[in-house]
Amino acid sequence: MTAGAYVFEYYLVNYRRTWRASALSTLVMPLLTMVGFGLGVGAYVTGGVAGVPYLDWIVPGLIASTAVQTAIGESLWPVFGNFEWLKVYFAQAAAPLRVADILGGHLAYMLFRIVVSAAVFLGVGVLFGAVGSWWAPLAVPVAALAGLAVAAPTVAYSATVGSESYLPILLRFAVLPMSLFSGVFFPVESLPVLLRWVAWLLPLWHGVELCRDAMLGRAPGLIGLWHAIYLLAWCVLGWRLAHSRFRRRLVI
Amino acid sequence: MDKLIHAHGLIKRFGDFTAVDGIDVEVRRGEAFGFLGPNGAGKSSTMRMIGCVSPPTGGVLKILGLDPRRDGPKIRARLGVCPQLDNLDIELTVRENLTTYARFFGIPRKVARRRADELLEFVQLAERADSKVEPLSGGMKRRLTIARALVNEPEMVLLDEPTTGLDPQARHLVWERLFRLKQQGVTLVLTTHYMDEAEQLCDRLVVMDGGRIAAEGSPRELIERYSTREVVELRFAAESQEPYAEKLAGLGERLEVLPDRVLLYVDDGDEATAEVQRRSLMPASVLVRRSSLEDVFLHLTGRTLVD
Repeated sequence: MTAGAYVFEYYLVNYRRTWRASALSTLVMPLLTMVGFGLGVGAYVTGGVAGVPYLDWIVPGLIASTAVQTAIGESLWPVFGNFEWLKVYFAQAAAPLRVADILGGHLAYMLFRIVVSAAVFLGVGVLFGAVGSWWAPLAVPVAALAGLAVAAPTVAYSATVGSESYLPILLRFAVLPMSLFSGVFFPVESLPVLLRWVAWLLPLWHGVELCRDAMLGRAPGLIGLWHAIYLLAWCVLGWRLAHSRFRRRLVI
Repeated sequence: MDKLIHAHGLIKRFGDFTAVDGIDVEVRRGEAFGFLGPNGAGKSSTMRMIGCVSPPTGGVLKILGLDPRRDGPKIRARLGVCPQLDNLDIELTVRENLTTYARFFGIPRKVARRRADELLEFVQLAERADSKVEPLSGGMKRRLTIARALVNEPEMVLLDEPTTGLDPQARHLVWERLFRLKQQGVTLVLTTHYMDEAEQLCDRLVVMDGGRIAAEGSPRELIERYSTREVVELRFAAESQEPYAEKLAGLGERLEVLPDRVLLYVDDGDEATAEVQRRSLMPASVLVRRSSLEDVFLHLTGRTLVD
């Protein structure tokens, strides 16, 4: 796995050149969402949700959702581009790296970006006084798990599609519904049963629930364990799919 | 270990399509070896197999004495690869392109930086070390790609069409650098469809056509075997050159009629020209030249355009 670390390092060197632009959006997005939803919408939800003020209730969901958004952003165009435009993966394949190193190194970088964005969001949440539990920092690794559960299969998708025009399709038909129906902004119990199934099947809801447990200081219980296992399953399946797609592209 | 490449009956198939159809190749240490051939001859597929990024479909292949199927990363650690299309990191600086790539070989950062500076000196890019890659010219990018292929001090460098798309100055600079490498004892394996490139650089080469090897030898040997010492190019001021072909019959070893000229393959060009005049044929222009690898190439692979 040391060779995978070299690949991770390569992405960090690249990040050093571009971090300013991304840092701004990493900070500004949570601020805007907090003001818009937490304070704006929150003013109308006077009773709170499940006995918790709306702002406190929504922040964990937003952290998980941000992690997943970052995961998607890093696993669509960057992966497609590394195959089609910049040919980065092919240059790496000529070096003494294995497919697992090339894929693992890139996923490690994605994980790094996910962790940073989740941590920044948590920090903004603290600034807004929306964090009350000492367990709250656990939301970061949980969000990272949810992010990876989405990133791995998305990498496989980006490595499979033959044209750039397939990338926005995933945003529209998978990411948008997932963000809306995964209990980020309102409890999934408010949804019709059919849409509840959408939430249960996709990874984000499981991450949202676990984040909420952490930040509200609730014991996750046995169901929490299932959430974690389900997210891990997405990670493992996503990795295996991505690995076989990468292999097919790089070793021909 | 003397043989860096040993291929016997090497085959590469993609579905029903056979790209490489049972070739035998041996490359010894210190040699500059070329794969010549038109587009689609199987050169790049062969290079990818040698570079251990493409498993052979059949036959024997040993690189540096090792089996690419099993020891891919170990072999690649000792190879340098310069691909046909530059895949440099346009976001990074010239130097960073080398240092980050060196890390993939497990080279310590400090060593990587020192080696990057040496290599930039070698490919004459030292003063551009801190500039980004994007604004560099085609020739500079190519030289940087070659430098990147050298970061691990490889025993063998694979170059896929190293000067395609470069202007004459840039090509000559690349050739000169490659020649220097060869003098340092680095084994060079290259593909090209430029005959002058093959004549400049290769000690030995194979001409590939349709996935097979059509001929093998040194440039000189190939010319001697497949062409004559000299070629006379006759241009007749007429719509068609065909009628003149008959009148030239018996002159030289071989005669080729092209839309705009007739080629006579002869041992003595001046004598053949004299004979043309004796037969009172009046060509608009006469050119006597030495046979080149290009004549061999066209003779072996035909003049039909392959796309």
